Amino acid sequence: MVKIEINDVTYDVPEDFTVLQACEQAGIDIPTLCNDDRLVAHAACRMCLVEVEGMRNLMTACSLKVSDGMKVKTHTPKVIEARRSVLDLLMSNHPNDCLTCEKSGECKLQDYCYEYGVERGSFVGERRDLPPDESNEFYDYDRNKCILCGRCVRVCEELQCTHALTIDNRGFGALADTPFRAGRAESTCVSCGNCVAVCPVGALLPKREKRIRAWDTKKVKTTCTYCGVGCQLELITHKGKVIGSKPVEQGEPNHGLLCVKGSYATDFINHEERLKTPLIRRNGVLEEASWNAAFDLIVSKIKETKEKYGSNSLGGFTSARCTNEDNYLFQKLFRAVIGTNNVDHCARL
Amino acid sequence: MTNSISEVVDNDVIFVIGTNTTENHPVIGTQIKRAKAKGAKLIVAEPRRIELAEEADVFLQIKPGSNIALLNGMLNYIIENDLHDKEYIAERTENFEELKESVKSYTLERVAEICDVDKDDIAKAARMYAESDRAGIYYAMGITQHRTGTHNVIATSNLALACGNIGREFTGVNPLRGQNNVQGACDMGGLPADYSGYQKVFNEDVAQKFEKAWGVENLPREGGLTIPDMLDAIGDGSLRFLYIMGENPMVSDPDINHVKHALESIDFLVVQDIFLTETAELADVVLPAASFAEKDGTFTNTERRVQRVRKAIEPVGDSKPDWVILMEIMRRLGYDKFYKDPSKIMEEIASVTPQYGGISYERLENGGLQWPCPTKDHPGTKYLHKEKIARGKGLFHPVEHIGSAETKDEEYPFILTTGRILYHYHTRSMTGREEGLNKIAPSSFIEINKCTADKLGFKDGETIKVSSRRGSVDVVVKVTDIIDEDVVFMPFHYACGAANYLTGAALDPISKIPEYKVSAVKLEKVG
Ligand code: SF4
Ligand code: SF4
Ligand code: SF4
Ligand code: FES
Repeated sequence: MVKIEINDVTYDVPEDFTVLQACEQAGIDIPTLCNDDRLVAHAACRMCLVEVEGMRNLMTACSLKVSDGMKVKTHTPKVIEARRSVLDLLMSNHPNDCLTCEKSGECKLQDYCYEYGVERGSFVGERRDLPPDESNEFYDYDRNKCILCGRCVRVCEELQCTHALTIDNRGFGALADTPFRAGRAESTCVSCGNCVAVCPVGALLPKREKRIRAWDTKKVKTTCTYCGVGCQLELITHKGKVIGSKPVEQGEPNHGLLCVKGSYATDFINHEERLKTPLIRRNGVLEEASWNAAFDLIVSKIKETKEKYGSNSLGGFTSARCTNEDNYLFQKLFRAVIGTNNVDHCARL
Repeated sequence: MTNSISEVVDNDVIFVIGTNTTENHPVIGTQIKRAKAKGAKLIVAEPRRIELAEEADVFLQIKPGSNIALLNGMLNYIIENDLHDKEYIAERTENFEELKESVKSYTLERVAEICDVDKDDIAKAARMYAESDRAGIYYAMGITQHRTGTHNVIATSNLALACGNIGREFTGVNPLRGQNNVQGACDMGGLPADYSGYQKVFNEDVAQKFEKAWGVENLPREGGLTIPDMLDAIGDGSLRFLYIMGENPMVSDPDINHVKHALESIDFLVVQDIFLTETAELADVVLPAASFAEKDGTFTNTERRVQRVRKAIEPVGDSKPDWVILMEIMRRLGYDKFYKDPSKIMEEIASVTPQYGGISYERLENGGLQWPCPTKDHPGTKYLHKEKIARGKGLFHPVEHIGSAETKDEEYPFILTTGRILYHYHTRSMTGREEGLNKIAPSSFIEINKCTADKLGFKDGETIKVSSRRGSVDVVVKVTDIIDEDVVFMPFHYACGAANYLTGAALDPISKIPEYKVSAVKLEKVG
């Protein structure tokens, strides 16, 4: 542990902490655009600047390690001014699109501009004017909105390990993109969406059928329904329908990563082909029926079969797709109520 | 898994056998690649040159069905070169001498021939695995879906035990479970001889405990039928009523013709699902279930982590959560037990299931818990067998290579192996309704080595006929160099051109797992 003073208050923090982590622990908000605790610090955006006693320049809190006796100020006029000019510069090469941008309401750039009172970029000059990459089946890349924080590139490289992206350094045209800007479809991209999940602005966004404001959606934390990794994700809903999903930022077992199925395979939930009523076979065809009729028929068949042929003439396949609670009740129904151990599921498939 | 997903990154040797992890457990796949990037060594044993094989330090392109030979061969090499963990073996295991004898005949030469790989590579892999303190084995259906599936699993655990790699962090024998809650379905007693927590139905104390807990009498003491047995029992008229919840055996089970015949001939079939699946189409009654987005509950992942499923929207249409449907049927059958919500069911589960004893929704609110979690204040278990192996001492159990039920012959000269792909899931009842995924992976295919395709005059994209002793399907050729000349691969997801018309040559006599991974087939031009 080392002692560090932040805004005149002394804190004990582990010696391998960065100043940013120390501030977080102390409950002091530091704005960040490029930082991601899971990644090697990159210090690209310079939003996290702080004043450190004895150092001439402002320092990036995300990359600076704490040391004993360090004195840090996080919100001095000098710091505020510096952050403001970072935002000013970014906005000078960013479309002033907030009114129609899908990211509005969840955009870090927008939030910080609001907080620091930056209305528009004051540097006049050439703005990027590049075509979007819409070649991925699930998400789009608006190159003009990229603020070059590099998170997408680093997530794809360091965590997803697919290496589909690179920072293409062509001066003013520097861009986080696929090699030769050939587009996602031509790259090794596996559509995991992990870059989309970390983009702090509206440069990377999932494709959506209709436009929905972020503040009109709800998010519910749950477990992915596909493979056995059990990734934690948030289902995004709008007016009672699921419109997408994204990873829970932190924690076991997936630490903010998903695969293509977890990220983009939620359409089945509100699909028109979902079964909506019970069906009973009459004269060879399945016809819609009431729950009551379906329950009655099943219960009478269970009783009849059991009476005629004994409990062991009934059996059930329970499901690796259903919850523990569903499975528990299923085997209980067969064992305790019907009286047979003929219960199995496709563990082997 | 004996160990946890988060330990993968800190393994320094990763032995991947019978799992195409980057496609089937993608997020664990990323962890393996990260470990590799951090300097871990990677051993891959697979019949296909999968993505991980490209990064492997040793890649063993083994013949389907040769797992035991490989594992025994590695073990023999390790023992002969004195690389095994003698202290661990003495302290924590039994029966080592017998094991040692049993693997003696698995010389590098012999094993290299059975597996069709270079013997130096086997030695290299064995040495790499044995010399590391942090070596984890990861496997999936490539190990289990054989008629020797159970023995394959034992062979992996023999290897791990001999090197002291069970009961320590960053090691272990780690089966990657395929479906979201296959672990939980097993834990909850979705098995013919087990109540929840693997408590045996034929154990008198256990049976009495459940009679008391459930307030019933005469719980059956004899084990029930497995799925393949039930299908056979329909055939001979002894099974008359079948209730299928959330499964689609008409695509996922081996030998679909046999399944279809059984389901068509049964007296009464109930299917409960979210879509009218191929199986539901054969039902007498279909019940609409709510999807995972419409109900509360828990899933248990492959590392034994029990995690919450939360309701995000109301059930679609008139559908109901499975547990509500089951509760109602029980009530109408005269068993009147009311659960207000799934948390109450979990309370009952915890009260009768030692491994889940300390699990409650309240605790799960802050994140999952890994069983065994026996009491309310138990933090859960990151890796198993820490102090000692669960049954006391780790028992070595010699197993022999016997090969697959079918081998290639004149009539069926190729070996078909099956699996999953990244862009679809199981029988596609969900992913098949996602436009983007269908665009990327629209239809079934068969991977054929370029030389074989040339020899038979098949072009990439051409539709051919693939037949086994059980059936035949038409499917599109995908020419590749990642597979041997006498082996072909098909994904099993697709109902149209379903691989499982071809599979089903045999079952593991112990676990009853079908031998999906090896079927003899022939390939022909159509028309
Ligand atoms: S979707 Fe995944 S693989 Fe594709 S570029 Fe983004 S992070 Fe990389
Ligand atoms: S696309 Fe988004 S995440 Fe990637 S560098 Fe640009 S702003 Fe950052
Ligand atoms: S997001 Fe992908 S890896 Fe994670 S649980 Fe879902 S299917 Fe598995
Ligand atoms: S967050 Fe520190 S430089 Fe970007």
